[in-house]
Amino acid sequence: MSATLRVDWRASVSLTGRVVKWLTVPMLFPLALALFYGRGLKAILPAIAIAFVVGWGLERLHSDPAAALGAREGFLMVALTWLLISVVGALPYIFEGSLTAYGATSTLRLPVNALFETMSGFTTTGSTVMGDISFETHSRALMMWRQETQWLGGMGIVVLAVAILPELSVGGAQLMDAEAPGPGIQKLTPRIAETARALWGMYIGLTVLEIVGLYGFHQLGMAPEMTLYNAVAHGFTTMPTGGFSPEARSIEAFTAVVQWFIIPFMVAAGTNFALFWHVWNRDFNVVWDDIEFKTYLGAIGVLTAITTGLLFTTPGFDMLTNALEPSLRHATFQIASIVTTTGYASMDFNNWGQHAKYVLLFAMFIGGSAGSTGGGIKIIRWVVILKTLRRELFTAVHPEAVRPVRLGSTVIDEDAIRGIYAFTLLYLVIFAFGTLVVLLVGVPGQELSAFEATSAVAATLGNVGPGVGIVGPMNSFLPFPRASKLLMVFFMWVGRLEIFPVLVLLTHAYWRS
Amino acid sequence: MRVVIVGAGEVGSSIAASLAESHDVVVVDVDSERVERLTYEHDVLTVEGDGASLDTLRAADVSKADIVIASTDDDETNLAICGTVKTASGAFTIARVQNRAYLETWRHSQGVFGVDFMVCTDLLTAQSIVRIVGLPTARDVDPFAGGRVQMAEFEVTEGSPLAGQTVQEADRFDALTFAAVIRGDDVEIARGDTAIDAGDKVVVIGRPGSVEAFAAAVVPEGGADEVGNVVIVGGSSVGELTGRLLSERGFVPRLIEQDPERARELAETLSKTTVLEHDATDAEFLEREHVGEAGLLVAALDSDERNLLVSLLAKRLGVNRTVAIVDNPAYVDLFEAVGVDVAINPREVTAEEITRFTRERRMENVAIVEPGAAEVLEVEIDEESALAGRSIREAVADLPDGVVVGAITRNGEFVTPRGDTVVQVGDHVVAFVREDALDAVTATL
Repeated sequence: MSATLRVDWRASVSLTGRVVKWLTVPMLFPLALALFYGRGLKAILPAIAIAFVVGWGLERLHSDPAAALGAREGFLMVALTWLLISVVGALPYIFEGSLTAYGATSTLRLPVNALFETMSGFTTTGSTVMGDISFETHSRALMMWRQETQWLGGMGIVVLAVAILPELSVGGAQLMDAEAPGPGIQKLTPRIAETARALWGMYIGLTVLEIVGLYGFHQLGMAPEMTLYNAVAHGFTTMPTGGFSPEARSIEAFTAVVQWFIIPFMVAAGTNFALFWHVWNRDFNVVWDDIEFKTYLGAIGVLTAITTGLLFTTPGFDMLTNALEPSLRHATFQIASIVTTTGYASMDFNNWGQHAKYVLLFAMFIGGSAGSTGGGIKIIRWVVILKTLRRELFTAVHPEAVRPVRLGSTVIDEDAIRGIYAFTLLYLVIFAFGTLVVLLVGVPGQELSAFEATSAVAATLGNVGPGVGIVGPMNSFLPFPRASKLLMVFFMWVGRLEIFPVLVLLTHAYWRS
Repeated sequence: MRVVIVGAGEVGSSIAASLAESHDVVVVDVDSERVERLTYEHDVLTVEGDGASLDTLRAADVSKADIVIASTDDDETNLAICGTVKTASGAFTIARVQNRAYLETWRHSQGVFGVDFMVCTDLLTAQSIVRIVGLPTARDVDPFAGGRVQMAEFEVTEGSPLAGQTVQEADRFDALTFAAVIRGDDVEIARGDTAIDAGDKVVVIGRPGSVEAFAAAVVPEGGADEVGNVVIVGGSSVGELTGRLLSERGFVPRLIEQDPERARELAETLSKTTVLEHDATDAEFLEREHVGEAGLLVAALDSDERNLLVSLLAKRLGVNRTVAIVDNPAYVDLFEAVGVDVAINPREVTAEEITRFTRERRMENVAIVEPGAAEVLEVEIDEESALAGRSIREAVADLPDGVVVGAITRNGEFVTPRGDTVVQVGDHVVAFVREDALDAVTATL
């Protein structure tokens, strides 16, 4: 039977095992916090032990997995890695819920919920099923692990693996391509491992900058709530466009200064990191000439203007009407948060007028830039789609015209255009079908409107985080039945990996010659 | 001066022909028949052999040469020839290439490949076309003095306001000098009372802006419609370069190319050109795309016959002016006779460009107005010149009949030459010279 298999699955699993084994290293950070605060050790320590054993065991499956790594093994490895780290990463939640007295009320002690939360973390979605976001129910160590999953997932766990595991340098480009958001990857340096390190370097740099800034405001007395713990926790989830906050009220818990300060970091997180690389190398022209970047800023600008106008003029429960600064601040914050798929909330936008909420739902489908940590369909795809549609209109009048689609001065390959159309169509099909299923399954004891179901699927598939109504920023995905939650775990998974690396595994052609 | 020309094709032969009278010319070619024919046609020394080999070059006495011109049809051979020459001689090397990439490399680092001067046939051709496009009624336009002076040749058509006027009456333009009126093969130096008739060609020299104003005045009422609408037929290298140069000047040309792959390639490289993939001899297609409304059509297909066909078809559809690339120099006159407005032979353009480099050192620039009839020269005046320190009226009296001082630039400034203008050492003089006066003028200027 295995003779007809064309995939060396052992190699993929072995590499996945290696990543899981290395996952124990970042787990040492919450372990240290558990020791520092004297709480949470029972949750973290067994998880580390299991992760190590599982990882080490799987690694044994193949003696030289890197050598056997082809395109097919790459897909499997990337897809499996994200699934498996989410399973292993869920262990601390389950352990704390079941092994400690304080965790007995934790909703995360149930494996489905724990898996949902971890997948939401690693995929930087930011949707939560936590019933009670507080340090009473959860240890600070566990809450930091929740933040840390997002930070690890943001720039990409596989990118990180390529950066630090020398044996992955050969197939690294393929692996990164399967994981990276947006069509194709940009090699910044001749060696892929160096590119991976450069990306992680910029990512770490920006994260540190944000943490220092946030804590700085605290020190200056401008942000009393922004303790060092909170500064680190929010630094960990802004740059990956994650959206988890250890504060139940998300960013609403902080002062206006903090809210304004976080906006540019969200925008930066949704920007192609290659641009930071060019800025770092003083090659500013690349930034000015980047059509995706300009469109991205333009989209945020236009949507912010519309939302500000709506908040400023439309009476509601929001108390923003006729108050310019808060209208502008919340509109800018929320639009940046949704377009970049961060998913923070500076206030409960459930209380906004219906029109403003429609704008937010629309923004969920735009997504960040390619090569950023943002999710969604991505700006670049929309740019290409709009340009192709314009070409179709032109060639309808001039059938003989040959019109390549250009981004700035680069011509986009027709195959790439087809790939973009295929992706977007598939994305929308999954979205539509998923919405239907979630709507049909419903929520026990509650009325689930179509708008709410739509926003829930858009929020998980696009890795955005919160939706509206029942899944609004101050609510959670907890009420959904188990089937819907598992489906959303799948949405987050395929959404983060941009569908194909996962879906290709479900085809017959992938497994046979 | 001793000039060695390697490659006796059309370009090489044409250069040899124009240089043979005043210089010692040696022609090298691998083809024995060509070599033999040249020996009888012109007063030149011929050497048979591979010009890229040192032995052949030695046989041509390359070490004594002042200029070596590599003008074979193969780019790489021409570069190899120049490189080889440099190992054996201090001669000034000129290479003819078709591939613009070599030209760009050379411009980036002059002297590379052992080439001192490089001419790119396709680019020169495209430049000639674009200059004509810029002046809707011109047949030929050449820049002088770094672009501060232009020489242009216009055809005065029936209904043109100029037809029937004398030069004096027509001369209402600042910074513009009438050089000559060409009637048939007859070149008449422009005097105040020279009559301009329909069918004549007028040569003017002046500041580019004035030449443009004149161009507009030559056109009959209502004839000056949008030149902006340009159609290029054929995605040859010349077609591509024409498209690029035109879009650099703000035009949005349309380019028709039949081959799908080439069309795609052109569409990718020429971002501001609309590329249409179709057979340009399909009249129904041309009509559907309203090609007839174009102000100008450039036929740059690979075959002369098809270029003629497309040009005539376009004329019938209503295109204002047509420019056709003609590979066979013998067809040039024929094309213009049957209705193509301008026929351009790339090899002729190249030969012209190379010829100007082989003139005496002081000659900065040469344009051949009518082959064998007249030339326009640009000369930097030194102390020995007959013009130095004298007014033009005085100086011209000492010169033969067939010469007109068309323009002067002094320290980069344009000076309109009038009878009492005093020429100074260091001035650049652009002069129109009839062929019969050429030798006398080049000797005294």
